Amino acid sequence: MSATATAHSDERIVTVSRLTRMLRRPELGALMGAVVVWVMFALVDQTGQFATLSGTANWTSVAATTGIVAVPVALLMIGGEFDLSSGVMVGTSGLLAGLLTTEYDVPMWPAILLVFLFAACIGLINGWLVMVTGLPSFIVTLAMFFSLRGINLGVTKALTDTVRVAGVDQVPGYDSAAKVFASTIGSSNFYISVVWWLLITVVATVVLTRTRFGNWIYAVGGDANAARNTGVPVRRTKITLFVCTSMASALVGVIGLMRLRSMQAGQGVGEEFTFIIAAVVGGCLLTGGYGSAIGASIGASIIGMAFIGIAFAGWNTDWTWLFLGVILFIAVLVNSYIAKRAQGARK
Amino acid sequence: MTTTTSAEAAESTVIPALQLRNVTKAFGSVIALRDISLHVDPGTVTCVLGDNGAGKSTLIKILSGVHKPSEGELLVNGEDRSFSSPRDALGAGIATVFQDLATIPLMAVWRNFFLGNEPRKAGFLDAATGRTVCREELLQMGIDIRDLEQPVGTLSGGERQAVAIARAVYFGAKVLILDEPTSALGVKQSGVVLKYIVQARDRGIAVVFITHNPHHAYMVGDRFYLLNRGGLTHEFVRGKVDREELVKAMAGGAELEALAHELESVNRA
Repeated sequence: MSATATAHSDERIVTVSRLTRMLRRPELGALMGAVVVWVMFALVDQTGQFATLSGTANWTSVAATTGIVAVPVALLMIGGEFDLSSGVMVGTSGLLAGLLTTEYDVPMWPAILLVFLFAACIGLINGWLVMVTGLPSFIVTLAMFFSLRGINLGVTKALTDTVRVAGVDQVPGYDSAAKVFASTIGSSNFYISVVWWLLITVVATVVLTRTRFGNWIYAVGGDANAARNTGVPVRRTKITLFVCTSMASALVGVIGLMRLRSMQAGQGVGEEFTFIIAAVVGGCLLTGGYGSAIGASIGASIIGMAFIGIAFAGWNTDWTWLFLGVILFIAVLVNSYIAKRAQGARK
Repeated sequence: MTTTTSAEAAESTVIPALQLRNVTKAFGSVIALRDISLHVDPGTVTCVLGDNGAGKSTLIKILSGVHKPSEGELLVNGEDRSFSSPRDALGAGIATVFQDLATIPLMAVWRNFFLGNEPRKAGFLDAATGRTVCREELLQMGIDIRDLEQPVGTLSGGERQAVAIARAVYFGAKVLILDEPTSALGVKQSGVVLKYIVQARDRGIAVVFITHNPHHAYMVGDRFYLLNRGGLTHEFVRGKVDREELVKAMAGGAELEALAHELESVNRA
């Protein structure tokens, strides 16, 4: 056997350098980016708060509400699909919970349960439509985005005569629900959403790297046809990812409703791209089959730092969007270079 | 010459792993295969040779369960069988390595190896076992990939072929159908793949090697079927045919000579 192995040594690939092996981690670029961004905002900080615990509580709060959805969005992107309705679903879920409790006297906890069920159904519809029609998920979920956007406004106006739902804190069960979804921890006032975010990141990472379902996610995104040929249930895998994304949006919707005690009909619209930016900055390829959950969370952290850091620097927060645009572009550039390095020249 | 006698002896005693009896396949009015009878014995390499359009693809698809024959029978281990899907055929131990290899370029070697049949321990992926088994299986094919975490896309064409073959063998293939495994490879890589074919054969697997390259077929084949315009034109057994004969039969002898004349006249003009 050893003779054969030796005879084959020239057939083998050139020894992989440690650098290449490190570059193969999809979240590496994002991690370096996050460090740079953190140092930058710590330096330009005018309040002296950014690098403290309470400053961290500030930006992690933004990062958490982005990251909770960005992580499943990343999984969905690794699986080769997009969900453009993930932003508006935040609003839809918050409004649904608000309307159920204030207009139909449903207690808080059953209402939350119904919202998650509803979100699962929306995810199911998204995934099912994508798989059955064979249309790009970009189009299918874009249609869902606009449909929900219309429903959010129409239904809220019809039921409340305004464009917001308020008075949620009067509903029985609000206090206990607020404890689970919107309380703060410690003297620095870390929001509990940060815990949800970290939990989701850990679970997603374990699923992605340590379960057969995770293997299937990479496979269906890498080459759905090849995956099908080796017996991977492509349809089931993708639909599950759509359901997870939608339910994560619902979680953020409920968190928002508990925290603000009210919900605007336009809430969440535009967020879908923030989630995608976080995932892409975190190393997900737009073409699928590559990326990580931790990367998406690092991407969400960069977005959180940008929102808070720019405010703390005393700059006009309008510049945040420019910053995110530039970050996105650089990230894609770096990531595609990394992916090329990792893949090597294909023969 | 000993191979000839052993192959002949085997013919009478061994039940073919896979056999076609008078198989015809028609797509509407087009007859893609006409009255094909062949058998594939365990522990041998059966080569199916044919030019483009000879009906090789249709034949593969019948053997691998994609198509059902319009007429005739398909026998597995002497039993009449009918497959409704490649999955079905796989269940009966017939694995097909298609040209696209069904590997995911950006996924790690060992993850590709186990894709769809991942080893699990307490519900989680058993990466340690996966890597060990993958390494062992690849070593048995005489291929040593040091880093099993590297994406399959970084491997050479021959190595990827090896992963696909090793995977089929590991998951219990009794019959291994290889669809033009050397067609996209250079000379050296082709040699490596031919070695894998021999190694699979030595493990008692019935290998069906589909190719349009008579030189490659000649090096590893025990039995040769020549396909032309949907029908079997020749059947050779190793030792009873020499390379020139095979090449000539494959190229359609007279046709090639006519072509040579034609080219000559073109060159002169």
